[in-house]
Amino acid sequence: MRWETVIGLEVHLQLATESKIFSGSPTTFGAEPNTQASAVDLAMPGMLPVLNEQAVHYAVKFGLGIGAQISKRSIFDRKNYFYPDLPKGYQISQFEAPIVGKGSFEILMEDGSSRTIGITRAHLEEDAGKSLHEDFNNHTGIDLNRAGTPLLEIVSEPDIRNAAEAVAYLKALHSLVTYLGISDGNMAEGSMRCDVNISLRPLGSMTLGTRAEIKNVNSFRFVEKAIHHEFQRQADILEEGGKITQETRLYDADRDETRSMRSKEVANDYRYFPEPDLLPIVIDDIYIESIRESLPELPADKRSRFTAQYGLGPYDANVLSDSRPLADYFETVAGECGDAKIAANWVQVELLGQLNRAGSTIEKCPVSATALGQLISRILDNTISGKMAKQVFESMWKGEGDADEIIEARGLLQVSDTGAIDAIVNDVLSANAAQVQQYLDADEAKRKKLIGFFVGQVMKLSKGQANPQMVNELLAKKLT
Amino acid sequence: MIMAIEQGEIEKVAELSRIRISDEEIGQVTERIAEILQMVDQLQAVDTHDVEPMANPLDATQRLRPDEVTQSNRRDAFQAIAPAVENGLYLVPKVIE
Repeated sequence: MRWETVIGLEVHLQLATESKIFSGSPTTFGAEPNTQASAVDLAMPGMLPVLNEQAVHYAVKFGLGIGAQISKRSIFDRKNYFYPDLPKGYQISQFEAPIVGKGSFEILMEDGSSRTIGITRAHLEEDAGKSLHEDFNNHTGIDLNRAGTPLLEIVSEPDIRNAAEAVAYLKALHSLVTYLGISDGNMAEGSMRCDVNISLRPLGSMTLGTRAEIKNVNSFRFVEKAIHHEFQRQADILEEGGKITQETRLYDADRDETRSMRSKEVANDYRYFPEPDLLPIVIDDIYIESIRESLPELPADKRSRFTAQYGLGPYDANVLSDSRPLADYFETVAGECGDAKIAANWVQVELLGQLNRAGSTIEKCPVSATALGQLISRILDNTISGKMAKQVFESMWKGEGDADEIIEARGLLQVSDTGAIDAIVNDVLSANAAQVQQYLDADEAKRKKLIGFFVGQVMKLSKGQANPQMVNELLAKKLT
Repeated sequence: MIMAIEQGEIEKVAELSRIRISDEEIGQVTERIAEILQMVDQLQAVDTHDVEPMANPLDATQRLRPDEVTQSNRRDAFQAIAPAVENGLYLVPKVIE
């Protein structure tokens, strides 16, 4: 039987606040265990939560970024479960009245097609601490530094149909939240964690199958692998006439498999009730509008603008608008050299290639956008050839100076002086009389191939500095 | 509508909350919770369809605090009263998932 995969994603996004959601402890990553856990985070008796305004601000900003309904009145609830890295015995979350309601955003696939994925809701909650199960004489070690870190849980509609779409969704989400500046999006440090809800149904069926939830898949690649694995597992069960159990599973990257996590009877019975320690969060239109005004140009808008303003294809526009620093870099290069298409090509091929090889990022790029723009200008005004420019770029990358300095120091100036090129062309033609005769005897199609030989010889003699266009023109004139 | 509760549900909630209720106590606990639920039933009978839910009698709403770090590291003081610590971690009986 052919199966359709139905996927919904829950992303836990760590918000980029200085302090925790309900206490004044810092949120810095990687501190010594329990040095960032205050009495509130430790659930000492009598401690009360006080909500961080910045967390509310970021949640609203996200909601506006996906065109969602913002709740002017939302409430916190207690989600009760028993685990030692949750010292209160409940997580403060939002259940009945989340701050962000239904929204949607567009994802772009690699083939250039796009899809709209619905967002069911997004709500504020606190993170739990960390349990370390290494050997402490048969004990578990608890680090509560992360307890109380503000999270925005973003729940998608079951609109995703395969692993590629899931990855495209996560990339688009990552791009959006870093544009908005509400999270650093650092997946390695757990700033964006993903739970995957996945079920199968016969192709064409409209009812949803029983789903399994795969917890804590923390990289784009693992999301893809976990989905492939889980699809196969469920398809095998269904094809043998079995039934899927609704349960929570954990993806094990080392073994590339998912396995059942906790007993299903008692899990998912969180006995939510309104958090009595926090009053309703009430925000007004002025507050919402002031955040709306602070919204930057978002990835989708930038993408369409790049297509319209610079004539870029959808794929190029998508790559270049992936992050704000990259988009800004590209626009500076394009502005400096005046040719957006060549600028786009150079940024994507040479610059991103070099950054990838160096394992670096655009923020740490040693060649400034203005410097790259100037280099491209030297190709456009025929000072150097495109091939030469790549060498100059290498030198710029190593910090040997700007384009003009390197061209000057290395004597790379392209020769566009007709007399000089004319002399070389004459030398080449007289040194290769046999080839000239062969050319003159050849038909049109063959001539095209043969002319390359003469161009090559001229370029060789000029040490690559002759203007190729002029060489071609002169050769064509003389070889008749 | 009478909200009845079975002993089995009490056992389940007790397990979720990690509260131990002995076999001797369970009958009595079930009865008393059933009585509380009867009181809730009485309240449910009141017609509240045009009454707005009240979160606070003074209509107060949540005050927000500015995003500032106000707490310094007081790990030593907190860990002095913990039953067991090691390498800065709080130790608890082994949790097996």
